[in-house]
Amino acid sequence: MVPSTPSLAVGRACVSLTRTAPGTRGAGLSEAWFGVGGASPSPVGGGGAAAGARAPLLTAPGAATMTQSVVVQVGQCGNQIGCRFWDLALREHAAVNKKGIYDEALSSFFRNVDTRNGGGDADIHKGKIFSLKARALLIDMEEGVVNEILQGPLRDVFDSKQLITDVSGSGNNWAVGHKLYGYQYREHIVEKLRRTAEHCDCLQCFFVIHSMGGGTGSGLGTFVLNVLEDEFPEVYRFVTSVYPSGEDDVITSPYNSVLAMKELNEHADCVLPIENESLFSIVSKIHQMTSSGKLGSTVKQNSLLTSSAGSIKTEQEKPFDAMNNIVANLLLNLTSSARFEGSLNMDLNEISMNLVPFPRLHYLVSSLTPLYTLADVNVPSRRLDQMFSDAFSKDHQLIQADPKHSLYLACALLVRGNVQVSDLRRNIERLKPSLHFVSWNQEGWKTGLCSVPPVGHSHSLLALANNTCVKPTFTELKDRFMKLYKKKAHLHHYLRVDGMEQSCFSEAISSLSDLIEEYNQLDATKSAPGTYPSRLKIAM
Amino acid sequence: MSIVTVQLGQCGNQIGYEVFNAICNDFHSTHGLCSKKENESYQEACKERFFSEEKTGVPVARAVLVDMEPKVISQTLSIAARSGHWRYDHQSHFCQKQGSGNNWANGYSVHGPRYRDVIMNLVQKEAEKCDRLSGFFTVMSMAGGTGSGMGAFVTQCLRDAFPTSFILNQVIWPYGTGEVIVQNYNSVLTLSHLYQSADALLVHENDAIHKICAQLMNIKKISFRDVNQVIAHQLGSVFQPTYSSEGASQYSRSPLGDLMESLVPHPEFKMLGLRNIPQMSENSLTYSTFTWPGLIKHLRQMLIANAKMEEGIDWQVRPPLPGHPVPPKASPNKALHFNTSIANLVVLRGKDVQSVDLGGFRDPALYTSWLNPQEAFKIWKTPRAFNKYEKSASLVSNSQFLLKLMDNIVGKAWNMFASKAYVHQYTKFGIEEEDFLDCFTTLEQAQTGVGPFVPLKMSY
Repeated sequence: MVPSTPSLAVGRACVSLTRTAPGTRGAGLSEAWFGVGGASPSPVGGGGAAAGARAPLLTAPGAATMTQSVVVQVGQCGNQIGCRFWDLALREHAAVNKKGIYDEALSSFFRNVDTRNGGGDADIHKGKIFSLKARALLIDMEEGVVNEILQGPLRDVFDSKQLITDVSGSGNNWAVGHKLYGYQYREHIVEKLRRTAEHCDCLQCFFVIHSMGGGTGSGLGTFVLNVLEDEFPEVYRFVTSVYPSGEDDVITSPYNSVLAMKELNEHADCVLPIENESLFSIVSKIHQMTSSGKLGSTVKQNSLLTSSAGSIKTEQEKPFDAMNNIVANLLLNLTSSARFEGSLNMDLNEISMNLVPFPRLHYLVSSLTPLYTLADVNVPSRRLDQMFSDAFSKDHQLIQADPKHSLYLACALLVRGNVQVSDLRRNIERLKPSLHFVSWNQEGWKTGLCSVPPVGHSHSLLALANNTCVKPTFTELKDRFMKLYKKKAHLHHYLRVDGMEQSCFSEAISSLSDLIEEYNQLDATKSAPGTYPSRLKIAM
Repeated sequence: MSIVTVQLGQCGNQIGYEVFNAICNDFHSTHGLCSKKENESYQEACKERFFSEEKTGVPVARAVLVDMEPKVISQTLSIAARSGHWRYDHQSHFCQKQGSGNNWANGYSVHGPRYRDVIMNLVQKEAEKCDRLSGFFTVMSMAGGTGSGMGAFVTQCLRDAFPTSFILNQVIWPYGTGEVIVQNYNSVLTLSHLYQSADALLVHENDAIHKICAQLMNIKKISFRDVNQVIAHQLGSVFQPTYSSEGASQYSRSPLGDLMESLVPHPEFKMLGLRNIPQMSENSLTYSTFTWPGLIKHLRQMLIANAKMEEGIDWQVRPPLPGHPVPPKASPNKALHFNTSIANLVVLRGKDVQSVDLGGFRDPALYTSWLNPQEAFKIWKTPRAFNKYEKSASLVSNSQFLLKLMDNIVGKAWNMFASKAYVHQYTKFGIEEEDFLDCFTTLEQAQTGVGPFVPLKMSY
């Protein structure tokens, strides 16, 4: 996801948290997006009062009725993905919400506050948009990426109360992130999480975004996961984890990843593993197809899965933006049904309920289709069906895996746009014969239909698979860990951190081995003849 | 007498809306094809059943809407209000922010008890608006968490709070695959609980209705709305006013009571199925004519061959010859050809209903040995045509039709249960393995027709 060299071009020491970038747009992002706020100050709460005068349709007047989610982005990678997420989320809501009214859908990820006149912290629940603030916590143990965000076009979406930074980094050492910074910043983290949570009236889910290979995302990211479980046991914890590739140049990345895996095994409700190689090949594929000329002219504007077109981002694109956009889209599609209406809603709590048959087997392989939409004709069903086929192909998975040739424990299809239940049924029937499902879940399909498509598309699909195809990623990680661990290479860097024992390593690797073994046992049932348990017999 | 409808969960609320809408459309139909007086008393009876009067003149549905998340209810309330012909009472709904997450245990053990008082208050208020209350009609799916879990809980509460009222549960049987992965667990838990608290369960299968949409209605891109409208049409065709006995001078006052009396002669058998004929797109309807003997012949064969629609009926299936009775408790694993009935109710609406010969339904060979056709077969009629159909016939039957479906769902759930998959999701909310076992036992008993008082020996 990120260049693994920890050094960043952005100046560190001299950038303060106050906005040094030219801040000419007074009302900031909300104005840019929704055409509200700005020069003529209407009485605060005016919109709210007008709305309050109508008979409230539901529950208590003025209260938001949907659930909210909070994004916790940790480390360089986590923050870069998070940044793309917030940008594209604003783009998506701006495309749907033409009137500039702060609505239920927006409230799930954004607060609406009036920052004029010294900036009160009170939420405005109804009426027009003043200033949107992301429900987010940005954590990094160095300042580069976060400062860059604060100087960039998204600066108005965050404020200093949502940040936790340090200056010295975690040195690609899980122990430094987890043990050292974890203990040092625990109070701080809890306080800021509580404050973020207090602004939600029904907090449903935390999304943690981090990478596995480095020190901060991996170590402190999983520390935050523990804190979330302790402090908010009722709130779901979805983790987006970027796994290092085989050629990763952080030499200790296998240690960091395996140590982090133990925490994910034990404390996450769902993990969405991502591999840079997969993102890279998807980006290349899109690039190849759109620049080949044949398709180039007909690809619909804004419809590239990697596109930032129409987003607030004005500076030149960075090489990793396209890749990060894919992950941002994953999160947007995952939460679409919780934000927008549809004929078959799929709430976030339904994801773990349907896709996690055993507590530890909560790793979901995801794929997004279509990669782009052609502008020429309105969707022939052949193309719609292609979207479903692609979602199961090896090339579209966000990790290097082949679900078709492995065993499905469960599969969810989250569809957006102009798609009906008959399209879903036809495609499930069509695809089912080519997929292997575990014997006790032969019909393990969960579906959701959200009527609002992503920007630039008429329809889209996010497939989530609980599939034994994640196993190679884990075994490869284990092998790379063992290569280092046998030689005790670099161990001393970890063991000199307070609270880090050698047992942390042995426990982590056995946790990973157990997980792999659970997948092995399921894989073994694939070849075994289908024996069904005999039913209860009622004596007559 | 009036019926209070309780709509639960996304599916229940969407179908509930379509039912009121279908009833209201039929109410305003200019295709009644009967005398003005007839039409007026039909409308009068319909209003009393389903709507309360309002000062504004817009009828208000006698309904309570319940969901654990807000999107569906707010959508349902507003589209009903926009229709201008009827609306929901804006006080008569309850929703929360976070759904039950397809988890029956969450709906039944957490949300149910937590919100019992508010919901039962709404129900009480709605019931008090009725001069006379016939009973409750609950609409829910078995697959999800709110409709199924909350639905089972609310049904028990209704049973406790209104011991003398009838309770009919409209249960939507999920598609065989693709809706909710834990749907078989949720269904087993729902059915076994409803079995103990409802007077009767009326079952609609999504798969069957989907086929009707594709083959009879000719819909290319079928939406949930299409499916729900077919269900609503079928329900309306039974619950709109009729004369429930020969020579009756006024419309039946107790639709639910009459229904139970006709169709549930034994508390062990209370799963009802619904078929109707004709059913087609509005376009084809314009160019079609029907004869009663043709319709009745098809309807009868749909019953005995267990077909859900008039297309693709197996005409080879015949009732057993006298003296060679098919055992009514045929093993569900063997292919069921002939569908034995316990009781049947035929509802006829439209032109010339007085002249219709229903002798074919009085054949004793259609029924179990313990009930004769005089008791097992009832007819409701009205000359008022229903919903643009000049003639329409509906059949509600208490028969073996569900055995195979039930066996299928119980089998799949049991298979999953044996591997303990997903069980942790339920124990998290207080439904333990023993509770599952109890539910499996109840349903296996229901399938064999063994009463709860027969001593049991289980093996598995």
